[in-house]
Amino acid sequence: MPETLIANLKVQRYDPESDNPEVYYQDYEVEVEDWFTVLDALIKIREEIDGTLSLRCACRASICGSCAMRVNGEAKLVCKTRLDSVWSPGESVTIDPPGNMPVITDLVADFKPFWDKVRQVDPYMQPTGPVPTAEYLAPNKDMVHLAGVMNCIMCGACVSDCTVLEVDDRFIGPAALAKAYRFVADPRDGKKKERLGVLNDDTGIWDCTRCMQCVEVCPKDVDPMGRIMVMRDMAMEEGFTNTSGARHTESFYNSVKRSGRLNETRLAIESMGVLNIPGQISMAPVGVKALIKGKLPNPLDHKIPSKAAVKKIVEHSEEPSK
Amino acid sequence: MKYAFWPGCVALGGTPELYQSTKLVLNKLGIEVEELTNATCTGAGVLQEKNKKLGDTLNVRTFAQAEQMGLPIMTICSTCQGTMAQAQLAVINDDGYLAEINADLADEDLEYHGNTVTKHLLWILVEEYGLENLKKHFVRDLSGLKFAPFYGCYLIRPSDALGFAEVPERETSLERVIESTGAEVVDFKGARACCGLPILFINQNNSLKMVATHTGTAKDLGADAMVTPCPLCHLNLDGYQGKAAQKNRASAIDLPILHLPQMLGLAMGFTPKELGMNKHMVSTNRLRDHVEALAAPAQA
Ligand code: SF4
Ligand code: SF4
Ligand code: SF4
Ligand code: SF4
Repeated sequence: MPETLIANLKVQRYDPESDNPEVYYQDYEVEVEDWFTVLDALIKIREEIDGTLSLRCACRASICGSCAMRVNGEAKLVCKTRLDSVWSPGESVTIDPPGNMPVITDLVADFKPFWDKVRQVDPYMQPTGPVPTAEYLAPNKDMVHLAGVMNCIMCGACVSDCTVLEVDDRFIGPAALAKAYRFVADPRDGKKKERLGVLNDDTGIWDCTRCMQCVEVCPKDVDPMGRIMVMRDMAMEEGFTNTSGARHTESFYNSVKRSGRLNETRLAIESMGVLNIPGQISMAPVGVKALIKGKLPNPLDHKIPSKAAVKKIVEHSEEPSK
Repeated sequence: MKYAFWPGCVALGGTPELYQSTKLVLNKLGIEVEELTNATCTGAGVLQEKNKKLGDTLNVRTFAQAEQMGLPIMTICSTCQGTMAQAQLAVINDDGYLAEINADLADEDLEYHGNTVTKHLLWILVEEYGLENLKKHFVRDLSGLKFAPFYGCYLIRPSDALGFAEVPERETSLERVIESTGAEVVDFKGARACCGLPILFINQNNSLKMVATHTGTAKDLGADAMVTPCPLCHLNLDGYQGKAAQKNRASAIDLPILHLPQMLGLAMGFTPKELGMNKHMVSTNRLRDHVEALAAPAQA
């Protein structure tokens, strides 16, 4: 007979209808099997210990995207997360609702801001040109590529843990930007340039810090950050180059091309835009202090001995691929 | 122990105190390094936005140089480490891609066979040098001090490129090294967060909010300093902390940000000045006075 396993779950609770609504943690001890997922344990608590515990779930097979929440501080799809991957006997595992969204009750968050942002990117095909006699066709390889993004189940794990949304709720965010990419990269869509023009604005593609949190927590390998990076390149290719983000990437690129190394001082100046006087002044106090401390990097490049070879590699990579 | 040493552009540029303190510490530990003076920037993920293959090519070029030297690579920057790990992952299981890249390196007589191991100094200490060995070089007990760890995104994510499944101790390596000095670890969520540097020149308000949140939280939890293996994090957390506090908090934060080798150097008995702590933007004077008041270091 195997021993009985007792798991300790520390669950965030919140009841907006109580006389004195407040967020608190409740500890539950529940008997589990070694094959349990975190969701199995939560459902067992609700069914056998405390019928007032609210949570969302439906398919229990990582298809519907209902059950994203934080496990030990990181967003997970709990039906896809084995309990023994986040908990070991003797310890407790902490469960919170997904982050960056208002909590309705217990582990249930309000997804309205999530859906509003998805709507904001016009998530439907906008073909232009003559209407074909049969369906709109796309090459197989494009569809295989797009399938990687279409795997998104709109679970919100990426949005929950996005570091920029934590400080700025206006950022369009990883899920909606991945959705935008799904249309930008679709050869049947006729609004690529218009879409990129909108995404190029404030709160769009350039506001991402590249922290990779969305890549790490996505249960479907959608790689939202990777899609954002590709759209940055596409936006620059389409001629949207007058943003500090585009200038930042350009400056970095040119520095490596010239010298093989990064030139931080020029990066700062060129990102702001040489003519952005208020921007330059806002950076200045730190620059001046750095100068006094003798550590402002030399605005001339730090060149490496074989910079000619590096320049050649860079130039070669700029040639259109055969 | 000998490594091909890639200091990264930031240690050679904006944070010279990192280079200086690393050299002192490696010397003390008897770890030999040969600097990769002809390597390029890793691209830091920024170059890769514009041209991923170019980023991979430049990193493979560096791996090939180390392979020729017959040495593993040591990095001292989370961003370098992460970017190089991602490049290694991209070529290691794709012979066709590696061959394409090698063709571009032929001019310099370089060819990469996939064998270079690249590790951050932090990992080398935990996995190869060993904390017990490290402690033998410590002459100043830092107990009584509280340090908040700050890894930098690229040393934490994506976990598959960083080999966390194979080497689980990497995930908590910074906490372990801090403890080895006797100091107490400040446990806070920001340890694995983003410092905001990549958007400093793009959306400064958001970037400064991140700086204020992480340094402010650590300070409120009683930290005497924050310790980071990432000089890019240092640029933002130290350089912009004053401005971040002004814009986002009622009071100053004044939390010194130490590079990992500076903390090790303090435990080894070096003076704060030898470790370049006078070059920081946030004053390290209080920490200096505290450390210098600790029992004079015994001779090692
Ligand atoms: S990489 Fe960008 S979109 Fe993804 S979580 Fe980080 S900031 Fe958000
Ligand atoms: S991108 Fe991934 S994490 Fe984000 S909503 Fe889609 S499936 Fe969930
Ligand atoms: S990643 Fe950063 S420090 Fe590393 S080489 Fe590039 S710019 Fe330099
Ligand atoms: S924390 Fe900041 S500088 Fe450090 S790796 Fe992340 S983004 Fe880069």
